[in-house]
Amino acid sequence: MARLSAFACGVLFGLGLLLAGMADPAKVLAFLDLAGDWDPSLALVMAGAVGVAALPLNLAPRRARALLGGAMQLPTRRDLDARLITGNLLFGVGWGIAGICPGPALAILLTGHWQAALFVAAMLAGMLIFTALEGRRGR
Amino acid sequence: MSIGWAAFTPWSALAGGALIGLAAALFALVNGRVAGISGLLGSLLQPQGEGRDEKMALLLGLLLAPLLWATFAALPPVHFGTGSLGLIAAGLLVGIGTRYGSGCTSGHGVCGVSRLSPRSLVATLCFMAAGFATVFVLRHLLRG
Repeated sequence: MARLSAFACGVLFGLGLLLAGMADPAKVLAFLDLAGDWDPSLALVMAGAVGVAALPLNLAPRRARALLGGAMQLPTRRDLDARLITGNLLFGVGWGIAGICPGPALAILLTGHWQAALFVAAMLAGMLIFTALEGRRGR
Repeated sequence: MSIGWAAFTPWSALAGGALIGLAAALFALVNGRVAGISGLLGSLLQPQGEGRDEKMALLLGLLLAPLLWATFAALPPVHFGTGSLGLIAAGLLVGIGTRYGSGCTSGHGVCGVSRLSPRSLVATLCFMAAGFATVFVLRHLLRG
């Protein structure tokens, strides 16, 4: 049941990205190009998503368990650290180069564009590099 | 700044955003988890961890969404303005950056901002600012 619900959430998420135009890297770059012909659409994607998710996501942490009975696994950290900032700056540079972030990358992976496959392969390699560096640090 | 009104798609942007928000809300309430794509993907790349089947199921749904879409309507266009080297560099930066920064547009930008998490608000400001700056440098400074 938990798997079915997770799968349905993934499908909804993907359909939302496609409908919103987030799956088109050119549209994302047009949003990030403040000095060009700026396309403000993605600000409305964020507004739509946050508008719908705000109430449920603020109620969720007050529950002891998820609706399907599993433990709540929501993040609780509130501290700011250098990793958070440098990590997100690096992510933003990558996002600005290609106009692709992880969700849309997966949502267009099976649409037959080699560029999407190349980006996802590099992104997975980046994540594995992180895991390897962390493993070394932890030893 | 000039607004490209011809490319502006306010209704589909709001509706698509609402679907994304609904997916994030359901995943949090029903499964008790954050629908952060980089976090889910990254944790599946680790040798062990809990909830692997649920995480995999969400990512599978995301991968298959365009196939479902394509059975009812033509897929929206996808344009890449970046060559192979750019895609590789971007992918590596996104992969490393989202793991060091504990999230991406979905985990921080949608889920975290919805909860007004201070970490996610700072994270979102950082990746947005870096994205704006990078496009400015690549499109306007380097290409003149």
